[in-house]
Amino acid sequence: MANASTFSVRRQTGFTTIAATCFVLLYAPIVTLIIYSFNAGTSIAVWRGFSLRWYEAAWNNEQIREVALRSLLIASVAATIATIAATMAALATTRRTGFKGMTAVYAAINAPLMVPEIVTAVALLITFATIKVATGYTGLGFLFAAHSAFCIPFAYLPVRARLESMDLSLERAAADLYATPWNTFRRVTFPLLWPGIIAGYMLAFVISLDDVVITEFVKSAGQDTLPTYMLGQLRRQITPEVNAISTAFFLLSVGIVTLFFFLNRRKR
Amino acid sequence: MNWKLTGAAVGALMVAMAGPAVAAGELNIFNWGDYTSPELIKKFEAKYDVKVTVTDYDSNDTALAKVRAGGHGFDIVVPSASVLPIWINEGLLLETRPDQMENFKNMDPRWVDVAFDPGRRYSVPWQWGTNGILVNTKLYKGDPNTSAIFLDTPDELKGKVNVVPEMVEIMHLTIKYVGGETCTGDKEVLKKVRDKLVAAKANWISMDYANPERYSKEDVAAGVNWNGWSLRARLQNPALVYGFPKEGYPIFMDNVSVLKDAKNPENAKLFQNFIMDPENAAMISAFARYANGIKGTEKYMPADMADAPEVNIPDDILARGELLLPCPPEVQEIYTKIWTEIQK
Amino acid sequence: MASAQESAALAKTKETRDSWLLSAPALVIIFFAALGPLIVMFAYSLMVKGDYGDVKFGEFSGDGWFGVFFNRDIFDDTVTLADAHLTIFWRSVKLSLFTTVIALIFGFPTAYFIATRPERSRDIWLFLVTIPFWTNLLIRTFAMMEVIRNEGIINLLLIWIGIIDTPIQIMYTDTAIMMGMLYVYLPLMVLPLYASMEKIDFRLVEAGYDLYATRFQVLWRVIIPLVKPGIIAGSILVFIPSLGAYVTPRLLGGGKNMMLGNLIELQFGQGRNWPLGAALSITLMAIVMVAMLVYVKQASKGTSSHG
Repeated sequence: MANASTFSVRRQTGFTTIAATCFVLLYAPIVTLIIYSFNAGTSIAVWRGFSLRWYEAAWNNEQIREVALRSLLIASVAATIATIAATMAALATTRRTGFKGMTAVYAAINAPLMVPEIVTAVALLITFATIKVATGYTGLGFLFAAHSAFCIPFAYLPVRARLESMDLSLERAAADLYATPWNTFRRVTFPLLWPGIIAGYMLAFVISLDDVVITEFVKSAGQDTLPTYMLGQLRRQITPEVNAISTAFFLLSVGIVTLFFFLNRRKR
Repeated sequence: MNWKLTGAAVGALMVAMAGPAVAAGELNIFNWGDYTSPELIKKFEAKYDVKVTVTDYDSNDTALAKVRAGGHGFDIVVPSASVLPIWINEGLLLETRPDQMENFKNMDPRWVDVAFDPGRRYSVPWQWGTNGILVNTKLYKGDPNTSAIFLDTPDELKGKVNVVPEMVEIMHLTIKYVGGETCTGDKEVLKKVRDKLVAAKANWISMDYANPERYSKEDVAAGVNWNGWSLRARLQNPALVYGFPKEGYPIFMDNVSVLKDAKNPENAKLFQNFIMDPENAAMISAFARYANGIKGTEKYMPADMADAPEVNIPDDILARGELLLPCPPEVQEIYTKIWTEIQK
Repeated sequence: MASAQESAALAKTKETRDSWLLSAPALVIIFFAALGPLIVMFAYSLMVKGDYGDVKFGEFSGDGWFGVFFNRDIFDDTVTLADAHLTIFWRSVKLSLFTTVIALIFGFPTAYFIATRPERSRDIWLFLVTIPFWTNLLIRTFAMMEVIRNEGIINLLLIWIGIIDTPIQIMYTDTAIMMGMLYVYLPLMVLPLYASMEKIDFRLVEAGYDLYATRFQVLWRVIIPLVKPGIIAGSILVFIPSLGAYVTPRLLGGGKNMMLGNLIELQFGQGRNWPLGAALSITLMAIVMVAMLVYVKQASKGTSSHG
């Protein structure tokens, strides 16, 4: 039998090495990106010295500011809506013995995953255009709806995976103690489910931020997001302004995450 | 999780998004990406007290699809000459009569009576340019003025050629190369075109828009490209040279037009007039480095464009080029089929 | 006895109704902004294509569906199997499968690593994994290009170590596409895996060791079955979007190696054949749906023993 004091139940051979490599590989391109955002030259690849000119340019470029903010806004709203809807749906479809139509619901929720983006994009263009012409409303609402829709499956799966690994006995115990379903949810299920919900929210946020094709077709005048703006630039030239913006986004995320972390810490 | 904080943050973002809404009017422009000079927009906004938005598209097809579907909110769109007649025929454009506007006298006469908009009743030139061959002279010392570079690639360049995925323009270059007429429907000629392209593709490394970096870093040694783009690339890497294929090459022109269902047609017309002023036209050219269609702009143009061979084209070379117009639908369909076949 | 059955039945109906109510918001949003419009697409696949894109509304034809499987040669009008489509389809499936498997190989240890950190730091690690992905996709892909191009980090490193003399052409190959997709979809594998793993009861693992199992046996027979829902969720989230990927193959494949997403996009763009594009997409969706149903049936067989 292994020596009890040095044997760790949790360790697996090679896992830490692979995990470490993974992190390095994840960050290597980002680090390159950040370094080149300080490039004094005009290229995103050829280094010509240190300079802050691209940060200045990006800051002064009203259009980049606008599209970046719009991307963040759409992502926050869509991720929130998607996570709430997905959590509710996950609760409805997991750990039940099956109600009439459960498979159908499950299929419907995962449907946006299976459809190629360009198809959803064109289909939405046609459908929404009709609504825009009929009602005269051409605001961001269409983008919110479209993004929420394709974010739902991404929020759903982690929540569901989490739910499935959870122990039902705790909730049964709560019921035994005469807790109402709502209280059981609020005080037992929800806190246990929290990591899954967070995972779902973050996934949804990221997916929304990245979307190019659907946004490109659904957007109306003045509704460019950062990816569609960059797509438009593909034919011309990509300047390091884009690197500067990405670094800014990156630092912003680090900032938000740190905030989250401290807020959560306090709760515990 | 602190909901109040998050709620406040989202609220603040939404207020920030609302922006200043105090301008007297609005103008919504739909244009190619990275093609509109921000200075020009600012000048226009200041002069007419109008809030301008610029939204990007990356292909003529997307633009057409979006506008045809309706509910887009745009006032101005900038289609290429090769599709403008389609827009006019489908009734999507407003007949704004630029030929009766104040600044019309500044338009270069050779761009006034054009086949795609005779007498200029709908559109105003934005920029025009050519497609040609860009070669890195470090890797190839031969003549760049031929489409053979991408269609019958010389050995030194094999595997290092990039071709922009623009169906209309590549088809034109290839048809001319095999000796055919523009917009030909001759099946014999087209068969040669198809075979030539399929064979040539093996020597290409990519069919992409490419960054000038790829030429600077020698990932790509030669390729098909636009002249303004090539000018920008050459400024980064002086070893590059731009060639005008002697077999024939396409000329494109993008034109500012007003949409029939525009919500701000008056501001749109003001914009059309505005860009016919030489100083403003020069601003447009300075941004993307293409020539414009207005006379008298020389004194306002940036220095590196003044004598650049890419945009100052001598007449005899210009004669080898041809302005692209839409081909008849049956012919277009064959071209599309050929294009799809080589894309796989 | 009767009333017990009755109340059981009532409880069941109430449960069904509650389930539907709970799922309602998700279903409504998805129907409005994802599924409903697809009905339009299906209609379009049956129509005559317009001269400049779009369709001639109201005119019907089977050409769109015909074009999915067969090819009419341009010049001599013979009908053959559309092998171009098959090549592209096969390339897409192959690359997506590889991407999923490699994502699993990398993602599993990473998720495991995070799940076995002390509880307070787990959130940090989780965010560390996700933060690179808060950068935009296009930008990340360009950053990836920097790493794999001929003068990029990988080649420079290999030359410096001395393994190779001239740079390997990674860029614009299928490998490049796969690396790009891996880079894009990795968090989609890690996050669900982590959500599952975080709940592992390590007493079960310990029990495995108590029974003289080796590390590998414990991994294979205790841990993996426990996190099966996470593995399935992660695999689905990586495989299916990879199949329909469009931006990454376009940028990293150089436009020469098309995947299904590119082929479909071509039909709505320069291909000017919307009915074919619509038909191709529905075919893709149908195949994916079948695959997923099979997969999910397997999954529910496994998980019903839990909880």
